[in-house]
Amino acid sequence: MAEDQDKILEEVTGGEYKYGFYSDIEMEEFPKGLNEDIVRMISAKKNEPEFMLEFRLKAFRHWQTMEQPNWAHLKIPPIDFQDIIYFAVPKKKPELESMDDVDPELKATFDKLGIPLDEQKVLAGVAVDAVIDSVSVKTTFKETLAEKGIIFCSISEAVQEYPDLIKKYLGSVVPHQDNYFAALNAAVFSDGSFVYIPKGVRCPMELSTYFRINAINTGQFERTLIVADDDSYVSYLEGCTAPMRDENQLHAAIVEVIAMDRAEVKYSTVQNWYPGNKEGKGGIYNFVTKRGICKGDYSKIMWTQVETGSAITWKYPSCILQGDHSVGEFYSVAVTNNYQQADTGTKMIHLGKNTRSLIVSKGISAGKSQNSYRGLVKVSKKAENARNFSQCDSLLLGDKCGAHTFPYLETANSTAMVEHEATTSKIGEDQIFYCNQRGLNTEQAVGLIVNGYVKEVINQLPMEFAVEAQKLLEISLEGSVG
Amino acid sequence: MLVIKDLHAKIDDKEILRGINLEVKPGEVHAIMGPNGSGKSTLSSVLAGNDKFEVNEGSVTFNDKDLLDLAPEDRAREGVFLSFQYPVEIPGVSMVNFMRTAVNEHRKYRNETPYSASEFLKLMREKKSLVEIDSNLTNRSVNEGFSGGEKKKNEIFQMAMLEPKLAILDETDSGLDIDALRVVANGVNKLKSPDRATIVITHYQRLLDHIVPDFVHVLYKGRIVKSAGKELAHELEEKGYDWIKKEFED
Repeated sequence: MAEDQDKILEEVTGGEYKYGFYSDIEMEEFPKGLNEDIVRMISAKKNEPEFMLEFRLKAFRHWQTMEQPNWAHLKIPPIDFQDIIYFAVPKKKPELESMDDVDPELKATFDKLGIPLDEQKVLAGVAVDAVIDSVSVKTTFKETLAEKGIIFCSISEAVQEYPDLIKKYLGSVVPHQDNYFAALNAAVFSDGSFVYIPKGVRCPMELSTYFRINAINTGQFERTLIVADDDSYVSYLEGCTAPMRDENQLHAAIVEVIAMDRAEVKYSTVQNWYPGNKEGKGGIYNFVTKRGICKGDYSKIMWTQVETGSAITWKYPSCILQGDHSVGEFYSVAVTNNYQQADTGTKMIHLGKNTRSLIVSKGISAGKSQNSYRGLVKVSKKAENARNFSQCDSLLLGDKCGAHTFPYLETANSTAMVEHEATTSKIGEDQIFYCNQRGLNTEQAVGLIVNGYVKEVINQLPMEFAVEAQKLLEISLEGSVG
Repeated sequence: MLVIKDLHAKIDDKEILRGINLEVKPGEVHAIMGPNGSGKSTLSSVLAGNDKFEVNEGSVTFNDKDLLDLAPEDRAREGVFLSFQYPVEIPGVSMVNFMRTAVNEHRKYRNETPYSASEFLKLMREKKSLVEIDSNLTNRSVNEGFSGGEKKKNEIFQMAMLEPKLAILDETDSGLDIDALRVVANGVNKLKSPDRATIVITHYQRLLDHIVPDFVHVLYKGRIVKSAGKELAHELEEKGYDWIKKEFED
């Protein structure tokens, strides 16, 4: 298997991913802090129509009345929101002369993931000799999509080009009142992606596989909106297996997904932001609100996530099952090591009749980390015959980490069937010894056991992503046993 | 091949092995018998490199290498195979993936090129028919949901795949019915060759009807107290261990 995977990985990364990304926008900084003027400046800078400014200001005013939530099983150091620069101008990273200047540890990780050299340079901020022409590639890609009437562009572009769609859908699934970080994002979001799949169209490619690198400059307040019209299908990939370092410590993104009648949206994430060093210093705080609504009958939204990075993760990709017979699925692997903390899970809100949801959550804790699953399954009065099955497993490596499960069930309809299963296990020394005795070293053994444990989730990822995700898990847990 | 000299080992300060001496030559089958708690399984664990046990005295050489100096995986790659008394389950890891990784690790260690997928599957088919293991066992996750007998057959199958120089069967017969016992014994016998050796650890004579030993040793209180030919096993079957206990009571 390992060899096959190497081959696939080589093909995948050596093939499509050789395109770089280069930004020569000049450095530009807003003053630190947040007030109405800053919000106005952001909107003006982006040349937004009046309705967007209103959208942002409403959110900002509401945010001022809110307090940072503290219900999660997380220890969050105080964040000074006035000490942040809010307009995420695509900053040029400090450029290094050559790969020799790159942190050898980072370089080793790139090599293990099998990331091609050109791309390594871009990711590590090494000056690239020639500006690799991503524009032409992007254009062909866009033409293929345009032929089918698919819109895939930045959210800033969408605000200019498709104001009606933005007006109709932006904030319709995650309103700014939803939570503290959602309000903050709505006020100051910098950019993100917009996808619209017209009626009856099956998107012919995994969206954004190709722009693996574009995640670098999306900034700390990302906003994504995906609308799938009747009978359409799209698979969207977010993130990157390569370790992402970012001087912005706070990230608060929003993703909204809307699925109309019989539409299906698959949203896959691999997140590997800098988790901080082994002593727990530094690292990204990731506060994300992801929510999809199955608006139409027989629609389906599926979230798959592999979370290995960030110092703090606060994230609950959710589904509102409004259409009758609609389906929500959530597959998650969350790995925490050293001093990382993750509080993640999902919410499945059953509103329509015969709605079904499935939750498969696999937590892996190592080092001194804390890993919590938090999930809500809510069945409303009118949701006749709603079904849910939840499987929450925790795997512990070592005895200094923690795993916690917080399932919340609220059913208001007696025809509902809700099942919850949970297990907690440890990688046994006897399992590792068994593998050792067959000729595998301890690192291989842990990799094999962990990948066996998360197989159900990894299987949901598009193949090239799955292969990288498997390697990523092994790397994330290196040195955590034995 | 294997030379054990004055081997002492302990767990949590309790000495279990108290001076084992044993020499195994290529082609030989040695049976180690003895009452419960005499140190049989400890001996197999120590040879395989389980770090729960601490060796505090003595030496073990395997083909002129200091076995105790090698990591467990390197002992395996050198050709020491342990058929576990209680094989563990590894959920989600397919037998195919597990065995392919293991076989290729052995090959790499010997500077041979790893098997391709098709070469490997061919090898697996051959070995499956050799040890009469059910095809569907190898399509499942490692030992997951296997019955006791299936687990033991799977151990023998893995042994066939890895072709060890020294196989140690730790109570492979415990919990087996007559049919499974026959399958396991046949597998072991088919793999016998002049350059391979086997150590059979068992309580009972019945396995030794199928796998005929050249030598039988009785382990008692951490020492080999008696060694003889296969007839010793019959004697033990008849008389039990009491006479040994009496004879060697400290």
